[in-house]
Amino acid sequence: MADLLDALRLYVRLVRARLRAQLQYRTSFVLDVIGTFLISFLDFIAILIIFANVPQLGSWSASEVALLYGIATLAFALTDLVVGHLDGFPQTIRDGTFDLVLVRPRSTLFQVMTADFQIRRLGRISQAIVVLAYAIATLRIDWTIERAVVLVGAVVAGTAIFISIWVAVICIAFWTVEGREAANAFTYGGVTLAEYPIEIYDRWLRRFLAYVVPVAFVAYFPALFILGKPDPLGFPTWISFTSPAVAAAVAFVALGVWGWAVRHYQSAGG
Amino acid sequence: MAVIEVEHVRKEFTVRRGGVLGQRATLRAVDDVSFDIAPGTIVGYIGPNGAGKSTTVKMLTGILVPTSGRIRVAGLEPTRQRIPLARRIGVMFGQRVQLWWDLPLIESFDLLRYIYRVPAERYEANLRAFREILELDPFLRTPVRQLSLGQRIRGELTAAMLHDPEILFLDEPTIGLDVIAKQRVREFLVSANRERGLTVMLTTHDLADIERLSSRILIIDHGRIVYDGDVEALKERYGTERILVVDLVEPAPPLEVEGGRVIRVDGPRQWIAFERARTSAAQLTAEVASKAALRDLAIDEPDIEDVVRRIYGDARPAMGPTERSSTA
Amino acid sequence: MLAALRLDLEYAKRGYRRYAAYPAATIAGVFVNAVFGFLRAYVLLALFAQRDNIGGYDGATAVTYAWLTQALIMTVFIWGWRELALRIRTGDIATDLVRPAHPLRAGLAFDLGRALYHTIYRGIPPFLIGALVFRLTLPASPLVWLAFVISVVLAVTVSFAIRWLYNASAFWLLDDRGVTIIVGMAMSLFSGFMIPVPFFPEWLARVAAATPFPSIIQIPVDIFIGRVVGTEVLIALATQLAWAAALLLAARGAFALGVRRLVVQGG
Repeated sequence: MADLLDALRLYVRLVRARLRAQLQYRTSFVLDVIGTFLISFLDFIAILIIFANVPQLGSWSASEVALLYGIATLAFALTDLVVGHLDGFPQTIRDGTFDLVLVRPRSTLFQVMTADFQIRRLGRISQAIVVLAYAIATLRIDWTIERAVVLVGAVVAGTAIFISIWVAVICIAFWTVEGREAANAFTYGGVTLAEYPIEIYDRWLRRFLAYVVPVAFVAYFPALFILGKPDPLGFPTWISFTSPAVAAAVAFVALGVWGWAVRHYQSAGG
Repeated sequence: MAVIEVEHVRKEFTVRRGGVLGQRATLRAVDDVSFDIAPGTIVGYIGPNGAGKSTTVKMLTGILVPTSGRIRVAGLEPTRQRIPLARRIGVMFGQRVQLWWDLPLIESFDLLRYIYRVPAERYEANLRAFREILELDPFLRTPVRQLSLGQRIRGELTAAMLHDPEILFLDEPTIGLDVIAKQRVREFLVSANRERGLTVMLTTHDLADIERLSSRILIIDHGRIVYDGDVEALKERYGTERILVVDLVEPAPPLEVEGGRVIRVDGPRQWIAFERARTSAAQLTAEVASKAALRDLAIDEPDIEDVVRRIYGDARPAMGPTERSSTA
Repeated sequence: MLAALRLDLEYAKRGYRRYAAYPAATIAGVFVNAVFGFLRAYVLLALFAQRDNIGGYDGATAVTYAWLTQALIMTVFIWGWRELALRIRTGDIATDLVRPAHPLRAGLAFDLGRALYHTIYRGIPPFLIGALVFRLTLPASPLVWLAFVISVVLAVTVSFAIRWLYNASAFWLLDDRGVTIIVGMAMSLFSGFMIPVPFFPEWLARVAAATPFPSIIQIPVDIFIGRVVGTEVLIALATQLAWAAALLLAARGAFALGVRRLVVQGG
C-alpha cells in the first residue's frame, strides 16, 4: 500500500513538472487545446450526417447514439490523456531507450505509463463532455442514483478498459517495432466500435467485443441500463453493472501480457 | 569480495537471416566469459564493434538475461533482483539520453531523487558537490533539449551519481566531446573513484580514456575475453608499434632506417612502422632526416583495433594512417 | 524527353521500393484497414436497413464503398505525409534543388511508384477480405475498370499536389502542425472517406463540391460502384484532371515562392 502511494506521489510530481513545462508557452498551448477540441468533432460529424439520413441505427435514436458516443469518447479521451504517449513507445525499443527503463529502480510498466503527459489532450476531453452533455440534455432519462452511478462507473471503468487494452496491444513492439500499427486496430478501432450500438454488428463481432476485447462494456451495456432499454440481444440486465469487474479482469490480463513481453525482451534482446 | 562476479557466462541470440521467412541461426554474442572485479577498480572494457561489450554490460545491469552462467553484481543477481540492483548502480549510455528532454535539468535531478528515494540531505550534499565540480550552475535551469553535448553529458553524469551508486557503468561517455570536456569527465571519475570508492566499468573506443583512467583492462573479441590485466602490461606486450608518417620534400624510394620499416609509400609521404622498445620517435626522425630532406611529420598511435588484431596474432600491422593523423 | 521519362521511372521505382521494404508494417496496416472495413460496412448496413436508397447508394454498393475506401486509403495517402516539410526544416531541400529533375516532378514520380505498391499490397488484401465476408459489387465492363484505374491515378495526383501545398507551408510557418491538422480534417470529411458525400445534407455537399477533396476518394469509388455512368464518368475524370492540373500549378508556384524566400533569408 505504501508502495502504491509512493508511486502515485511520484506520478503527481511528473505530471506537475510536465504541466509547468507545457504551460510556459501559453498561447501555443491554448491554440493546441482548441485545435484538438475541434478535430475530435470529426467523428461526431459523421454520426450527425448518418442521422440526417435515417431516424434510427438499429433500435437506437440519434440522442441515444450520442450517449454511447459521449461515454466511449470521454473514456478514450481520458485514456489518451494518461497513456496516449504509448503510441511513441515502440520507438524507444528501436532506439534502445527502453534499456534505461530497466536500469531504474521502478516497475517498467509504471515508468512507461508515466513517461509523458500532454495537457493539450484536454481538448478531446472537452469535446466528449460536450457531446455527452448534449445527449443527456436531449434524452429524457429517468434519473436515479443507480443510473448516475452507472454513468460515472462506465466512464471510469471504460477508461481502465481502454488503458489496459492499449498497454496489452502496444506490447507487440517487443516483437516487431515495424508492425506496431496493428495496435491501432484495437485502440482507435476499439473506441470507434464502441461508439455504435453493438446490435448493428454481426454475431461474431458482438461476441468479440463482449468476450475478447470487451469494449462493449465501456458504453453499450451501461447505456442500456441508463436508458432503461431492453437489450434486443438478450443479455441479462445485470450485465450493465459489471463494467468495473470487466475492467479489473482486463487490467489483470494486461499486466500479465506486459510482464511476459518484458521477460521476452530480456531474453531476446532488442 | 568482488563487487562484480561473472562466471562462465554465455549469451546466445536466435537470429533470422533473410527477412521474415529466412533461416534461423544462433548468434553467440558472449561465449564463456569469466572475470571478477574488486570494489574501487576502474575497469576499461574494450573491443571492436560487435565483440560483445554492450551485451555483457546489459547482462550486468539487468537488461538482458544470460543464456547460461552466473552473474553477481553487488552480491545481487541482475535480472532477478533488477530493482534492488538498480538502486545501487548508476548507468550512463553516452548516446542515449536518460534525462527528461522537455524539462529543465534541475527538475530531472529532482525527479530522479524521488525515483531513487534519495534522502534529502544526501541529495542536497551530492547536488552541491556535483554542481561545483562539473560547473552546472550556468545551465541548471535550461531544458535538456537545449543543452550542448558537453553540458548534457555533465548533466547525465550527475544524474547517474545522485543516488550514491556503488558501481557506475559508462558506455562511450566522452564520445563527441571536445578535449577540455573530456578532461573534465575524466577528472570527475578519478575523484569519485578516489573519494567515494566508486567502482567504474567503462566501455569505450577512446584509448586515451583507457590509458588515463583504468587500472584494469578487459578486452573482448568475438564474445571471448582475450585479455584481462593491467594497462601497462597491455602496452608493453601489444601496443608497441607506432607509425611515423613523414612528408619528404621530394618523392623517394622507401627509406632504409634503423629500427623502422616502411609499410606504405604515397608520393612524397611514407609510413614507417617502428617498435616502441627498439627505438624512439625522436631517434627515428633523426635517422630519416639524415637520409632525406624532411618537410613535415606526424605520429600515428595504435588504436584499439590494432591492439586487438595483434592480440589475435594477426601479423599485418595497420595499413595507412588512422583517424588521428594530423598534418597536411 | 526520353531521358526525363527514364528519370521519372527511376524515381517511381524508388518510391515503390521505399515502402516495399517494410512488410511487417504493411501487414499491420492491412489488419487495421480490415477492422475499419468491418466497422463501416456494418454501420452502413444499419442505415440501409431503414432505407433502400440514399444518394444513389443501396446496401450492396454501400458495403462496397466501405471496403473500397479502406483499400484506397493508403494509395491516396490522406494522412501523415510530411516528406517535404521535413526536408525543408532540415535544410535537405537544398540538395534537391540541384538535382536534374524539378523536385515536384521527382516527388510526383516517387509518389506514383509508392501508390502502385500500396494499391497492390494495401489495397487488394483488405478488399479481398471484405469480398470474402460480404457481397461486393464489381465493375461490370472493362471500360469501367479502365476508367477506375485512370481515376485512381488522377486521385493520387490530386492528393499529392494537396500534400505538397500544405507541406510547403513549412517555408513560412515555424509550426505547421495546425495547417496539417486542418487540411487532414477537411480531407477526411470532404473526400468522402468517412461518409459518402452523397449522404451529406445539401449545403455541406455543395461545400465539398467546391473543394478538390472529392476527387481523391469519392470520384474513383463512384466510378467503381457504377453510381456514375456513361458521360458522367467522363465529366468526373475531367473534374479530377482539372483539379490535378490547377493544384500542381499552384504547388509549383508555392514551391518557387518558398525557395526564393529560403534563398533570400538563408536556410
